[in-house]
Amino acid sequence: MSIVIDHLTFAYTEGGKRLEPTLRDLTFTIEEGAFLGIIGHTGSGKSTFVQHLNGLLASEKGMVLVDGHDVSVKAERRKARELVGMVFQYPEYQLFAETVFEDVAFGPRNLKLDESDVKTRTEEAMKLVGLELERFSSRSPFELSGGERRRAAIAGVLAMRPKYLVLDEPMAGLDPKGRESILALLESLRRDTNCTIIMISHSMDDIARHATNVLVLDHGAVSMYDTPERVFARGEELQRLGLSVPTVTQVCMEMNRLGVPIPTGICTRDAFIRWFTEERAHA
Amino acid sequence: MRDITLGQFVAGNSIVHRLDPRTKIGIMLAYIVMIFLVKDMWFFAIPLAFLIMGLLLSHISIRYIGRSLKPIRVLMVFMFLLNLIFTKGETVLWDLGFWQLTLEAILRSVFLIIRIILLVAGASMLTLTTSPIALTDGIEKLFSPLKVFRFPAHELAMMMTIALRFIPTLMDESEKIRNAQMARGADFESGNVFRRVKSMIPILIPLFVSSFRKADELAIAMESRCYHGGDGRTRMHQLRFRLPDLFAALITLAFLCALILILILFK
Repeated sequence: MSIVIDHLTFAYTEGGKRLEPTLRDLTFTIEEGAFLGIIGHTGSGKSTFVQHLNGLLASEKGMVLVDGHDVSVKAERRKARELVGMVFQYPEYQLFAETVFEDVAFGPRNLKLDESDVKTRTEEAMKLVGLELERFSSRSPFELSGGERRRAAIAGVLAMRPKYLVLDEPMAGLDPKGRESILALLESLRRDTNCTIIMISHSMDDIARHATNVLVLDHGAVSMYDTPERVFARGEELQRLGLSVPTVTQVCMEMNRLGVPIPTGICTRDAFIRWFTEERAHA
Repeated sequence: MRDITLGQFVAGNSIVHRLDPRTKIGIMLAYIVMIFLVKDMWFFAIPLAFLIMGLLLSHISIRYIGRSLKPIRVLMVFMFLLNLIFTKGETVLWDLGFWQLTLEAILRSVFLIIRIILLVAGASMLTLTTSPIALTDGIEKLFSPLKVFRFPAHELAMMMTIALRFIPTLMDESEKIRNAQMARGADFESGNVFRRVKSMIPILIPLFVSSFRKADELAIAMESRCYHGGDGRTRMHQLRFRLPDLFAALITLAFLCALILILILFK
């Protein structure tokens, strides 16, 4: 099972007029269990693209199939929304209920589950994001700290037990500790529930460290779609697209320029240390 | 929801667009006086000529005027029928026994409809050629003499400006929250009226919360730039009466005088 994107083209309309297409002829497959990082400069169509994954935007050309369900068909959209959980930018602004528990339970309730299932799922989701039940479930979401609110909002999506989890810049505006806790959460989700993660991010370091695949969008078209090592090996191309490369890759590129022979495609600290120890053993 | 545009300002650079908003408000008032002075249908020709002149000078398409009349079409039909039925007259055209259609009733109904059309068309000329910001600036200036009686002219204008400024932002925000709740399986489209109203709560509460937060942030941003209300505040765009304003005022006055003169002569 996988998400298949087939010749997806999309243009916004404004006042009845079609604007320049935001997405141009996207074709690729997101494999189950992958961690896909989506990068691209502002206005490259990242957010527009992910909204097609659960049918919030409907394409007039091309198709998105989530486990075989066509999201542009109204009858199948509900199923797609169950399968694909969506965490928008600054998700804490969608919190509305009186207590954290009620807010997290909103999704499962919409799935028309019975009360005991709702309770299990809500508690499970809160535990996943690290909000202790006794401390948080009866508190108002509006009195939490920024990082806690973000985690509560993500729990609201996780409580739907999505098979695919889409996150649009989930770390934006968080401090380093908050960022790490979100990334650790995503890793444990993938490990424990085999959840497929699709994440838009501007942090190349985070993408290099966690993603199994990287999608580079440029003006709404697929520019690259490959493993992080192969994508970041094309550092100069990325820089021409207005994107940066991970810090480690930057260092490697600089060392290359100074004449130190170092293979391209080293993009994480661990990979660099591995290369370095091997090199030293040879010498 | 995305398609709602507030006000109906059409950007342009015609002589009418460039007039001082205060002049335009003044002209509007004179035009309304003209319309209410007219008691006989044929004399509507004068305010109509004035309106057409404004339309030609502003390069505004007649379609926009038509669009502004659209929301009140039900009201117009209603008023027409009401007057047709309840106006008493002598020249009976059609007798149904319990009710007569009279020539006077028809004339009266047509007269009122023309009056409404002219009023709305004139008012939309003002909003079509004046940006909301210019309009509030003009209103502030016009009301500022009332400050002597502690009338908060500046504060009111500032409130109007801020409200106008935030309408698109809030529209955007409600769209985003709606999407987020829909992704969590919320359903806004089915069910009866009560269910639908209840289903709006997950949109309205975050929207209120973020409005308060935005208001707070804006207040702090304004205060940190030393905003303390209208006293001694200067403007980036000074409103200034220029020669065209004088001409426009004189032409309006000429029309008004001509109308009064004609009304006296033909009485």
